[in-house]
Parts: sequence; C-alpha cells; structure tokens
Amino acid sequence: MINLRDKGAEIWEGWNRPKRTIFVLLMILLAGLLPFSASWGPTSFLNTPVTSFENVLVYPVGMFILMALGLNIVVGKSGLLDLGYVAFFAIGAYTQAIMSTMLDWKTWEILPFGILFAMISGVMLGLPALRLRGDYLAIITLGFGEIVRIIAINSTSTGGPNGISGIPNPPSVFGIKFDLMHPEHYFWLVITMILLVVWMVRRFTVRRPGRAWEAIRQDEDVAALMGVNTLVYKLWAFVIGAAVGGAAGVLYASKVMVISPDMFKFDVSVMILACVVFGGIGNIWGVILGAGILAYLPDRFRFLTDYRQLVFGLVLIIMMNLRPDGLLPRKKREKISVKSEK
Amino acid sequence: MNFSVVTSEFWSLCLQGLALGLIYSLIALGYTMVYGVLRLINFANSEVFMIGTFAVLVVQVNLLHHDVTSQPIQGFALAKALILSLFGAMIVCALLAMLVELVAYRRLRLHGSSRLASLISAIGTSIFLSEGMRNLTQSRPQTTPRLLEKTSLGTLWGANLRIDTIITIIAAVLIFLALDQFVNRSRLGKAIRAVSMSEENSRLMGINLNKVITLTFAIGGLTTGAAAFFYATVYENTIFNVGFNLGIAAFTAAVLGGIGNIRGAFYGGIALGLLEQFASAILGSQWKAVTVFVVLVLVLLVKPSGIFGEAVQQTRT
Repeated sequence: MINLRDKGAEIWEGWNRPKRTIFVLLMILLAGLLPFSASWGPTSFLNTPVTSFENVLVYPVGMFILMALGLNIVVGKSGLLDLGYVAFFAIGAYTQAIMSTMLDWKTWEILPFGILFAMISGVMLGLPALRLRGDYLAIITLGFGEIVRIIAINSTSTGGPNGISGIPNPPSVFGIKFDLMHPEHYFWLVITMILLVVWMVRRFTVRRPGRAWEAIRQDEDVAALMGVNTLVYKLWAFVIGAAVGGAAGVLYASKVMVISPDMFKFDVSVMILACVVFGGIGNIWGVILGAGILAYLPDRFRFLTDYRQLVFGLVLIIMMNLRPDGLLPRKKREKISVKSEK
Repeated sequence: MNFSVVTSEFWSLCLQGLALGLIYSLIALGYTMVYGVLRLINFANSEVFMIGTFAVLVVQVNLLHHDVTSQPIQGFALAKALILSLFGAMIVCALLAMLVELVAYRRLRLHGSSRLASLISAIGTSIFLSEGMRNLTQSRPQTTPRLLEKTSLGTLWGANLRIDTIITIIAAVLIFLALDQFVNRSRLGKAIRAVSMSEENSRLMGINLNKVITLTFAIGGLTTGAAAFFYATVYENTIFNVGFNLGIAAFTAAVLGGIGNIRGAFYGGIALGLLEQFASAILGSQWKAVTVFVVLVLVLLVKPSGIFGEAVQQTRT
C-alpha cells in the first residue's frame, strides 16, 4: 500500500519556512470557506440533503474532529483504550446547560468550568482505572460513560430523560453573531478550537510528555524501568483528552440549545473511536481526515435512510481489512515498533 | 432504599439472580474464550447473542409452526420443540461466530495489525448485524411463543421454583461442566490452552493456529447460542438491540471473574446476576448498572486480574 503520510511528509520536509506558512494559511482559509461551498456551483455536490451543509459542518463534522483529536491523545499517543469518551462530552454539555439556565452565565464564562469539570472527572476516573492493565481500562471507561448517562436520566437537576432546553447561544464576539441564522460562525469557532488543539498536541508531542506517551504506548514496563512515571503521564493524557471533550460539550450545548441524555449514548464513544482508528491512529492529519469523512458520510447518504448505519458498519469492516493502519498511518519509524510489539 | 425486601424475598432474589447470572456466564464465555486465545475483545459477541434469540424465534415459529397465541404444549412435542430450538440457536451462533472470525479478525491477525484495528472491524460487524436485524424487523420487538407452561415446582424458603428458571440453572451448569471437561481433558482443549499460553510456541509445536482459533470462536458461539435460548425461554421477547445491554453485562462478568478464565466467567456471571438483582431490589432498577460498575472498579482495585485470575489455563507472565 502506498503510504500517503510519508509522501506528504517528504514534500513538507523539502519546503522552507515561508512556503510552509503560506500552505498552512491557505489550508485554513479553504477550511474556513467550506460552509459556502454548498451554494457554489462546482462544489455543490457536497451539499447534504436533510440538514443543511453548514450545520452538518458544525455537528457532526467539526465536533467529531475536535473530539477525535482529544481522544487521539488518549488512544493514539499513549495507547490507552477509552470506550467512554462521550462522558466528558456530556459533562461539558451539562455544565453549559445547567450553569447557563440556572446561573444565567455566558458561554465564554462557562467554558473554563466545563473544561475544569471534565478534567476533574478525568482524574476521578483515571486514578483508579489507570493503575490497571489496558483492557480493563476499556470496560471501566465504558461503564463510566454509561454511569454519566444514567445519572443524567435519573436526577432532577439535569432534567431527567427530557434533558434541558432553552440553553442560550453564546454572546457575539467582535460583532460575530452566534445564532441559528449563522452556522458558519460556529464552524469558524470550531476551526479555531481545532487549531488550538492541534497546536497543543504538536507542542506536547515534541516535548517530554509526548516522548513519555510514546514510550508508554510502545511498552509500559520498559517505560517505567527507564524512569518514566507512567501513572502520572497516563493520567495527564487522560485529563487533557477529557478537557478537549468537555470543551466540545460546552460548545455543542450552546449550539443545539436543547440537550437530553439520549445524545450521549455509547454509540457516540464508538463513533469517535472509529474516527480515530479509521483515519490513522496517532497521526493528527489522519484523525482529522478520518473524522471528517466518517462524520460527513452518514449525512451525505441520507437517501439510504434505513440502510445508512448498515452501510457504515460495512465500510468500517472493509476499510479496516484494506488499510488496517488507517487512511493516513503514522510515521514509518513509529509503525515498525508497533509491529514488533505483537 | 428498601432493605426490607432483602429479608422478605431473599431466596427468590437469589434464584432469579442465579438464572440471570448463568445466562450472563454463558455469553461471557464468548468473550472470555476469545480473549484467552487472541487477547482481543470479541466485540461482535453481543450481536451473535441477538441473532441467537432470533434463531430461536425462527425455529419455533417458522419451522415448528407454533404461534405466539398458541397454548403451551406438553410431553414429547414440548421436548422436541425445546431441544430443536436450543440446538438451532447454538448451531446458528457457532456458525456466525466462525464467520465473524473469518471476516473481522483473520486477515487483520495474519497481517499482524494493531489490536485496535481488529476492535474497529469487530465494531463494524456488530453495527452491521444489529442494523441488518433492525431493518428486517422494522425495529419492532418480537415475542417468542410460550411453549413451556411456566408452572411452579413448589416453593423453597418462600421462593417460587418456576420450571423455566430451574431448567436454565441446571442446563447452564451442565454446559459449564461439559466445557470444563472439554478444555481440560480433550486434545483440542489442550491445543486451546497451549495457544492461550503462547501463540508462537504452540505453532512451533505443530498446532494449526487457524483451526484452533476458529474452534475457540465456535465454542464461544455455542455457549452464546445456549444463552440466547434460555433468555428467549425465560423472558419471551427479543429486539434487534437486545445484545447491547446483555453483552456489556456479560463482558463485565468476564472481567469480574478474570477475563480469559472459564471458571472465572462462571462465577463472575453468577456474582453479577446476584448483584444486579439485589441492587435493583434495594436501590431501584435504574441504579443497577451504576452499582455493578462501582463494584467492578472496587474488585479490580483490590485484585487487578479479576477474582479468579486471567487466562484459560495460566496467567501470562
């Protein structure tokens, strides 16, 4: 199989700094223009039949890219299998819903709290769970995801099974309004957050935490022997992943204005995990591509109606069999070590 | 909080918990056998169970022409119907589990891909199966015919000994005894244990790896199919997503007992069944999943490899 990732990296290496800057800015500009592509002739095939394309770009596409990047820190960078990532998304969303309707706070004031609560719950879950070996983490995180949903259904402050409605939109910033009429503004907001997360992950990757995660992913025992405090770094990966999920949740709640426990089912965790693995686990660009495709396709192929999910399952099986390392696999250097681990 | 129910209905709760727990144990085998050999979570097992319950339905309604409205039957006809639907479900599930291995796992395993890739392809299979069934049944729950009249065999310490519960308990224990003998005594069982200890070394010893792995999936499918039959007999209904909750519960049971360990699955399932019954009696059924997971976390913190330790035969070093 051709390795697109390595090809891309080669071209990238050959460029000098101004060329790279121009390329990156151009890509960001193109991404920012995406909401208008549905109404522009040559790219109108992108348009989605039921929900308008601009809204699809915000949720699921943008949100899933954001969350997949967050989960990628946990699953891709440090090799911890998390099957309950939706819990952090739910915690962020409920923080926004409760604080805005009860305390009358604005989204921007709530955002740090949403992130904080997600991080605290990440520590609470991670401290016991991360002491255990990999596969047990999977079941405990899965259970945590379900517990958060069950608590949301059964307690009165979260509105029970009906959820919370009447969540206000974020107030406008620099004259950019966030309301129903301007989904593209939300999309730009999500892009900004995605860029922030990408920047953060890249900074981490080249520094001490990134190297520690890489060592833990390849062999935890060896990493511990080399003096890496595995529990602390695993916990950090977990908590940072949770923070991204929480931030996505806050934004989501203020965009859709109504949330209910049904939106935070196990399927969402699975979907985010599928995004990460499908695109190329551990590789930021692969994850973005994978999440974009997997989140977009079900909405584009609405005409399949009932068979949509069936086809989705089939696509997952076929893709994994053809490209087990994802669409854009991580660097070869890293891949060899994954193979020798088996 | 309702503690009085524990004293007044203690034995009745125990009996129901035991029957439910044994159904969990049988499904848990589908996870634990595969995990023991491949160290992979067999994610599609919950849908194998779901297909099994529908296989029972098809055998009873379409092949034997029993109707949902028809009266319970007796004697030879009853035995024939029950045995046919039990074996029908077991065979269908075993074949399906083998197919799942072939489609979702084999190619990835031969290429030495990462475990997450197999997990995603198994999740894909799981989505495909449950969505396929959803489209076939138009999301409607299906009722299985009541062939067995649910008479009481008497009461024991105030617990009602219902015949379907008793049959489930006895048959499940028999299946476990048979499986335990098979894995510990037979030549193929020895091969399974060898592969679970070390894939490489067992291959050097001339064990046909593909055959053993397929066999392991088939055994997991057989017990899952049996569980599907008992579930359909006791609860008399099924729906396309029935596998989700039972699959998670069974997987939890496997982890609780020590995943990869056959006896662990047995006791883990029983422990989970009892725990769920008592938790829903005391706290209300909406909190039962929460209780189960809190207990699971506590158990794993004290004993990280589950109550009975890992692996089909021996803990991996």
